[in-house]
Amino acid sequence: MSALPALTIAPADKTELDLTSIRADFPILRQRIHGKSLVYLDNAASVQKPKAVIDAISECYSGYYANIHRGVHLLSERSTMAYEGAREKVRAFLNAASTQEIIFTRNTTESINLVASSFGGSAVKAGDEIIITGMEHHSNIVPWQLLCDRMGAVLKVAPFTDTGELILEEYERLLNSGRVKLAAFVHISNALGTINPVKMMVDLAHARGVPTLVDGAQSVPHLTVDVQNLDCDFYAFSGHKLYGPSGVGVLYGKQALLDAMPPYQGGGDMISVVTFEKTEYADLPNKFEAGTPNIAGVIGMGAALDWLNAIGLDAVAAHEQQLLDYATAQLLEIPGLIIMGTARDKAALVAFTLQGVHPHDIGTILDREGIAIRAGHHCAQPVMQRYGVPATARASLAVYNSRDEVDALVKALWKVKELFA
Amino acid sequence: MNDLRDLYQEVILDHNKRPRNFRILPQPTHHADGVNPLCGDRISVFLDIDDGVIRDISFQGAGCAISSASASLMTEALKGKPVNEIDHLFDAFHTVVTTDAECPKGLGKLSVLAGVRDYPSRVKCATLAWHAVRAALEQHKQPVATE
Repeated sequence: MSALPALTIAPADKTELDLTSIRADFPILRQRIHGKSLVYLDNAASVQKPKAVIDAISECYSGYYANIHRGVHLLSERSTMAYEGAREKVRAFLNAASTQEIIFTRNTTESINLVASSFGGSAVKAGDEIIITGMEHHSNIVPWQLLCDRMGAVLKVAPFTDTGELILEEYERLLNSGRVKLAAFVHISNALGTINPVKMMVDLAHARGVPTLVDGAQSVPHLTVDVQNLDCDFYAFSGHKLYGPSGVGVLYGKQALLDAMPPYQGGGDMISVVTFEKTEYADLPNKFEAGTPNIAGVIGMGAALDWLNAIGLDAVAAHEQQLLDYATAQLLEIPGLIIMGTARDKAALVAFTLQGVHPHDIGTILDREGIAIRAGHHCAQPVMQRYGVPATARASLAVYNSRDEVDALVKALWKVKELFA
Repeated sequence: MNDLRDLYQEVILDHNKRPRNFRILPQPTHHADGVNPLCGDRISVFLDIDDGVIRDISFQGAGCAISSASASLMTEALKGKPVNEIDHLFDAFHTVVTTDAECPKGLGKLSVLAGVRDYPSRVKCATLAWHAVRAALEQHKQPVATE
């Protein structure tokens, strides 16, 4: 395993968040649930939206909405500018080389399916191999299984340790077969919180000529992603985990690869000339954006990036890391509580089991205390199977969470123990 | 906590901790699996039916307190009952966990699960074992799902 990055305490002016002001940006956080203050700790499933995002969507529909890329009228021009402006914001957010490399989709799942169908459908043949890891979300398993079934290819799975760290040697061994056409892996595990060494994983794959896809659904809200530095070939994420609306996702792809890939879906907006004999496809990124997209949603995601950039991802990460350390220490005080996923490099979530209490019962009892957590298999059933549990409870953090909320969680878990004693 | 006690009554907590008839029948006449794909809960039910009467019934599996206790209470309620009473009992039970209707007579201990009606997301937990029994009687080869 590689050495951990040195722990550095950033200057106070960079990391100190004005939590009161941040929380005030989220109208939904003001409500009460079952008579208690809402403590929202289900952020890895979907995060709440700041007023700036809600306003941006509302302004689009009430001020300048029209279809994009086609009208000569003013509203269409304004909508097109706002939509393409959001694409530039995403490009800058990822430090991609060009907006042509930013494809808007519905969500991470669709981004991965696009690559599986278009890239996989043309590059993968019978007997070829695709590598994933044992800690993938179903969305980075099933598209590859479908592809493998269709092509007669084989899915290989790189295992992880009891603490939830990928076994890099095994990953490297799988890469050595000479038949691997793509390595697809999660940046941050939604079930364990593990931050994978994706830069190293990309380098190892590239050393053998294997392209890579990174599932960034859980990482973009918590750490800075620079796709040129990572050098990954594809990077997929969703807007709704990034303080943006649901129904919008992003696929970043290297231009040379995207250029060579066939379209994913056919329709309007993705063509340059259509006759009944032959169709010429539009250039990137439109080639992969058939049909009227989620215009207001994309604009809302652009607003979310502005909002997040104003706080600064470094400050977000520092705040969440402190909170994670605090939550981990507090939770471990509870007898019978076992944390699943204790990787050295870990982000903003704690998955756990409590002896003698099923996670669903924990979830129901916490809900009555106003606390929202996830209980279940987290769309990562192979991870549950790896640990031999049917489900876990998961508290996942966002920038607006506070120590008081962690205290409320811990207090409620003591109540769970009391009830089930 | 008071309203939580309505859901997690002592009888339920007791059956969760010490489920009755929690074993595999060696030679069941009927058997089926029930799964709740949303949460991954899975239980198997085993029945020994002779001459239209449930001579023995048992279950195995992993689930939350509500699904485990419901399965346990169900096995107690059904043991010795004629098969043709199952549907009637399940209907009555379903009414109790999904509506505000008064508890029908004859439900016995099963009525402790009435608190589930205030927790719509947990109705599937309470009915999982019953769906499995129904599937067993219909000789389903595939596990029956709550979804």
